[in-house]
Amino acid sequence: MINAAAAKRPRMSKLEKRNTLIAYSFLAPNLIGFALITMVPVIFSIMLGFLKWNGGALNTITWAGLDNFRELFKRFDFTRNDLGVTLKNTVFYALFTVPLSIACSLTLALALNKAARAAKAFRVIFFFPYVASMVAVCVCWNFMLMKLGPVNQLLAHVGINVNVSWTQSRAYAIWAIIIVSVWRNAGYYMVMYLAGLQGVPAELYEAATVDGATAWQKFRKITLPMLTPTTFFVSIMLTIGCFKIFDVVQIMTEGGPGRATKMLVNYIYQLSFTELKYGQASAVAMALFLIVLAVTLVQFTIEKKWVNYM
Amino acid sequence: MQSILPDNASKIKHTKKAAPLKIIGSIILHAALIALSIVALLPFFWMISSSLKLDNEVFRYPMRWLPTVYHWENYRVIWTRVTLGTYFRNTAIVAVTVTFMQILTSSFAAYAFAKMRFRGRDTLFLAYVATIAVPWQVYMVPQFIMMRKAGLYDTLWALIVLQSFSAFGVFLMRQFYLGIPNDLNEAARIDGLSEYGIWARIILPLAAPAVATLCIFTFVTTWNDYMGPLIYLTKDENKTIQVGLRRFIQQYTSDYHLIMAASLVSLVPVGAVFLFLQRYFIEGIATTGIKG
Repeated sequence: MINAAAAKRPRMSKLEKRNTLIAYSFLAPNLIGFALITMVPVIFSIMLGFLKWNGGALNTITWAGLDNFRELFKRFDFTRNDLGVTLKNTVFYALFTVPLSIACSLTLALALNKAARAAKAFRVIFFFPYVASMVAVCVCWNFMLMKLGPVNQLLAHVGINVNVSWTQSRAYAIWAIIIVSVWRNAGYYMVMYLAGLQGVPAELYEAATVDGATAWQKFRKITLPMLTPTTFFVSIMLTIGCFKIFDVVQIMTEGGPGRATKMLVNYIYQLSFTELKYGQASAVAMALFLIVLAVTLVQFTIEKKWVNYM
Repeated sequence: MQSILPDNASKIKHTKKAAPLKIIGSIILHAALIALSIVALLPFFWMISSSLKLDNEVFRYPMRWLPTVYHWENYRVIWTRVTLGTYFRNTAIVAVTVTFMQILTSSFAAYAFAKMRFRGRDTLFLAYVATIAVPWQVYMVPQFIMMRKAGLYDTLWALIVLQSFSAFGVFLMRQFYLGIPNDLNEAARIDGLSEYGIWARIILPLAAPAVATLCIFTFVTTWNDYMGPLIYLTKDENKTIQVGLRRFIQQYTSDYHLIMAASLVSLVPVGAVFLFLQRYFIEGIATTGIKG
């Protein structure tokens, strides 16, 4: 065994062994906790996808093979099937929330980077929505988006008449979720972009100014390319965050009206905690995980094409 | 390519022209920032205003931005309806412990990932990053079963154990550490400092802004956690503020003014911590940033 391993790869030198040992001592406190609390349950839930279990005694677990997946994809479509509907809703939500959040946070960061006066105060203000507790904020937005709430009354002033409570309307409910999400995300990712902007060397702008570049040219040719590592990080975090959306929906609409705002994770929650179909819940969870993984991998593979590291 | 003289001349002309434009630009910029601030703060303003109204005054047509009579007693009434004080204490215990644990374990583990070479590093890091992508809801059921077996159900320990070891913290700290030049490590190693010494004396102090960032993010996340307490805590004396507030909302559905008052009160501690820490937070980001 030892010989075979040694033959495969070069033996570790004494120093290397010592280094590895020290490295693992750094990792240990986090790794042990993380393995027990997160990795083991993750593996357990993957196994659950192939089992049939309603949460009763362990000996009631039976092997289901691919039944859970077959059940889910039986009569799969985007209008009637629960998985299809929640998948469609989540993708729709992500498709608008990710770009809108990036646009808003980048705009805020650029404006703040330029503003000398009271920049600190503005930073605090824009970041505050992210800090504020979800339940408080969501219930407040719920009230604000009611039929006679301030948002509809303000919109009426500019000639847009919305005579419904947003969260109770099939057409508007998902937009309520998107608005609250973008409003919350903007300040958070603004901080990431501000950090990124600080890393852009001032010499580049000075050189461009000497060369007579316009502000737009500087933005296109210096700021955006230099910010690509930040944008890469932000877009990955945002996409993952969007697919994990749950709290806002649960507090504001509980997936309704009907299934208009029901997201993948709400469906998982429903399957596991109200219907006690752990196997099926895990099957959906795995589908969700694979989607998120695929998105991330695609972003990583195209990373080299558009991300510039200094 | 061009002679120095005309180039200089055009530069002077350019700056002269730009001066008034710059002032106008600055005014527009600040006006836009103020407008955006109003959008960001509107819900909080409305929350405060509604919390001082009577319930039938909250939704009125045409609306009033300010109460006609200020009902400060709303803030007294909410404390008598539910045990807000207990909720606050529980949340503080969990949030402070989790923040401390996360910073300690994350900054420690990130050092190995960013500054050391060892077998299995990249595989292990990939496993970490991959689990960030796994929504907690995916594995919350097996996790719940394990925690119940460990006898942690309906205790604050469940929430502490649940959130103390995050992959995100390690990821964030590693990204910061990567921006710190490796020359520092090399020099310190030559000077005979152990890896633990380098972590404690060089890397961690340099990463103070990252620690502040992680600190505020963790504290906020833990304070705002809703699903965790919802699943794990049943006894009222164990509840945290988020589920406590939710209970309040469900119990007094149409007392809009009281709901807004309780919501506002639930924001105060996290808002205060944020205002207190944001200085370090923003200064830290200004000096190092994500890439260092």
